[in-house]
Amino acid sequence: MSGLNLTLKIWRQKDAKTKGQFETVKINDVSPDMSFLEMLDIVNEEQMKQGKEGFAFDHDCREGICGMCSLVINGMPHGPDHATTTCQLHMRKFKDGDTIVIEPWRAAAFPVIRDCAVDRTAFDRIIQAGGFISVNTGAAPEASTIPVPKADADRAFDAAACIGCGACVAACKNASAMLFVSAKVSHLSFLPQGKVEAKKRVLAMVAQMDKEGFGNCTNLYECQAACPKGITVDYIAKMNREYLGATVTYAEKVYGKD
Amino acid sequence: MILDSKIPGGSIEEKWTKHKFELKLVNPANKRKFTVIVVGTGLAGASAAASLAELGYNVKSFCIQDSPRRAHSIAAQGGINAAKNYKNDGDSVYRLFYDTVKGGDFRAREANVHRLAENSNLIIDQCVAQGVPFGREYGGLLDNRSFGGTQVSRTFYARGQTGQQLLLGAYQALMRQVAAGKVKMFPRREMMDLVVIDGKARGIIVRNLITGELESHVGDAVCLCTGGYGNVYYLSTNAQGSNVTAAFRAYKRGALFANPCYTQIHPTCIPRHGDLQSKLTLMSESLRNDGRIWVPRKAGDTRSPDQIPEEDRYYYLEEKYPSFGNLVPRDVASRNAKQVCDAGLGVGSTKQAVYLDFADAIQRMGVAGVSAKYGNLFQMYEKITDEDPYKVPMRIFPAIHYTMGGLWVDYDLMSTIPGCFVLGEANFSDHGANRLGASALMQGLSDGYFVIPFTIGGYFAGTKLEKVSESDAAFEDCKKQTEERIHKLLSIKGHRTVNDIHRELGNIMWEYVGMARNEAGLKTALEKIPALRAEFWENVNVLGSEGSFNQNLERAGRVADFLEFAEVLTLDALHRKESCGGHFREESQTPEGEAKRDDENFCYVGAWEYKGDGVAPELSKEPLTFDNVHLATRSYK
Repeated sequence: MSGLNLTLKIWRQKDAKTKGQFETVKINDVSPDMSFLEMLDIVNEEQMKQGKEGFAFDHDCREGICGMCSLVINGMPHGPDHATTTCQLHMRKFKDGDTIVIEPWRAAAFPVIRDCAVDRTAFDRIIQAGGFISVNTGAAPEASTIPVPKADADRAFDAAACIGCGACVAACKNASAMLFVSAKVSHLSFLPQGKVEAKKRVLAMVAQMDKEGFGNCTNLYECQAACPKGITVDYIAKMNREYLGATVTYAEKVYGKD
Repeated sequence: MILDSKIPGGSIEEKWTKHKFELKLVNPANKRKFTVIVVGTGLAGASAAASLAELGYNVKSFCIQDSPRRAHSIAAQGGINAAKNYKNDGDSVYRLFYDTVKGGDFRAREANVHRLAENSNLIIDQCVAQGVPFGREYGGLLDNRSFGGTQVSRTFYARGQTGQQLLLGAYQALMRQVAAGKVKMFPRREMMDLVVIDGKARGIIVRNLITGELESHVGDAVCLCTGGYGNVYYLSTNAQGSNVTAAFRAYKRGALFANPCYTQIHPTCIPRHGDLQSKLTLMSESLRNDGRIWVPRKAGDTRSPDQIPEEDRYYYLEEKYPSFGNLVPRDVASRNAKQVCDAGLGVGSTKQAVYLDFADAIQRMGVAGVSAKYGNLFQMYEKITDEDPYKVPMRIFPAIHYTMGGLWVDYDLMSTIPGCFVLGEANFSDHGANRLGASALMQGLSDGYFVIPFTIGGYFAGTKLEKVSESDAAFEDCKKQTEERIHKLLSIKGHRTVNDIHRELGNIMWEYVGMARNEAGLKTALEKIPALRAEFWENVNVLGSEGSFNQNLERAGRVADFLEFAEVLTLDALHRKESCGGHFREESQTPEGEAKRDDENFCYVGAWEYKGDGVAPELSKEPLTFDNVHLATRSYK
């Protein structure tokens, strides 16, 4: 296959306070075997040869697991390929002559740092609110003391596969973080080890999610469609049930009657 | 320099227990008076930061990514070893210890490795309690599989994403301590220098990668958990941001760098496709449990793999190593792949690949069975290569993956700078010249959860630490030097990009300091590296400003350090005239082409000491003794 000639419209924004705009860049003879980020590497090399700074974008492992890469590509977080991160998207998914629009995650809770890189520390703060099991190092019982039904362990794994990239937020018109939060809530509450704190956890994580400025869920399932790891909205339903149960039986103890 | 490893006395089984008892303690109320700086948030860093905070120390945790959850430990696929013997197949702490010493080709410290094997079981307990969703059997108990280079099933796994799940466990423990106010988290910070006062590590200088501001951080000890240096080869399985800078800055401040020539080439990676590639992708070597590796028997056989009948296929590992077959250790598997490709038997468009074939496994287990075990790996392979491995054999080739060398540490994990501890891949101590599969995760977590919490207390209890502050001259000096270096990088304004020079460095390293090394090649590298370094400092073009989010500047600083470090690595490879583990010297091989160790002359740790720019580093040796696992030629036949 011969190389692709493409027109790119890439988001430029100096910092969080400055207004951004699209910049148009042409790139020729892109190998279809190249990854999307390798294509952007070449764009940046060319920019620098012309004395211009490259476009900033986050990336690290380039094997689809660290969750650092982002980019909304032609309106879709992580681009057109199903269940794929941007770093695992390959240029063979595009056609010669295509125009590709590249922009950052857009959400109030993810402010732009520069160009296409955003600040996702809100996710860390949600985990800090309760996305863990309280066990100090050394305090653990022998590993096989508590058997876990294989089905539960598998479901916990499915939820735990979330890479915390934020595509779910970027895909949602409300910029809701429900898929991310529900994945962690579900992962831990499927396991006997995590059940002890389940009620406290779900209340605290949801409260933090709201505080960070993420929107509400209106069941559009865009998050599920964008998720590179196939996390499903079933977990949102599970979280809602857990949240409701916790509100009835537990919230009073934590937050008082009001 | 005399390297005192401080290995405790007593039999191998009682050393660690005895040492833990003999280490002085810091009483609970006093722990809060100490601040520990932890750099890096991979398995070693996150587990150390969380565990130290749980004990009551104040911890400052730093990472270059936007979140501590993204450290490259997350990409480890296959699993983590532990001597639980759940399979009743004859495993024990002693066997794990034995296998690891032997697998490291007798270049690791016995005492450290035994401790690692002892801690292995505690790690599994801890991770299960944290909610790590390990693979389980239908009875609800934990499952194990066998993994590259061992004959027992001792590897715990979470599908093909074990590193991810273990790291998230450690990350969540870390987040819990952030919420408790015991850890202060500093993401998007890069360590630029280590501050040494009165001979002790007392802090670090970091660059805030968002604002570009240089910050000083004071601590009573510094733990470097900053991973390996595989990216000195440009193409590797490491993350794009993985770098040697923190370790190299410590080296320049007096920490010795041990065995840098021990680099691991992983046998099962997706082959290169072109010159503009940015990284190589590893596929878990668990694939070797069921996949069969082969090449056509005759050079120039261009038939498609399904058209090549059994008798024309060369299953070279199965033929040469009948007892281990496709499960030989990584170094052996990689070297054999190179040998068959050098002999012209390689496959694919570049001829730099061998087949990893699942046809037999699919026949035996069915597509569903293979998919349940390796589904995500098959999917990843297809995504990258556009080929369906259920139908055509995978093509694989070795790639730089892990680095066994690292900063020299004593038994307490302390470098030659008092108060500067080094954990995980960044240190050198447990894997010798070759790391076995599923041992990296074990070591990172052992160091962080179960070693540093004890040994750092011993240091604090036995050391007088003066009060220091950010305004001390040492901090100001380090900051100024960092500033000058950044100004220099930005002022060159030459014609080559950072990436371009990094790629050239990688080519030199792969060509002359790669899978097989010889004296002439290493000497050539020692001419080319300084020349390229000079070119960098005269002709690189680093754009943008220091006071902003500037990824080009970040990269430039890291490549500048790689350009110096590459020379230390090559010097080490040149001086070690034997073959061992991942270090293969063509001059030292058996008539069958196997690695030949030279225990008489090289049974030691080689540690390099910085002596100034433009001056050759000085070699110190820590002799290695093998009182339990006796020196023997590794044989996997």
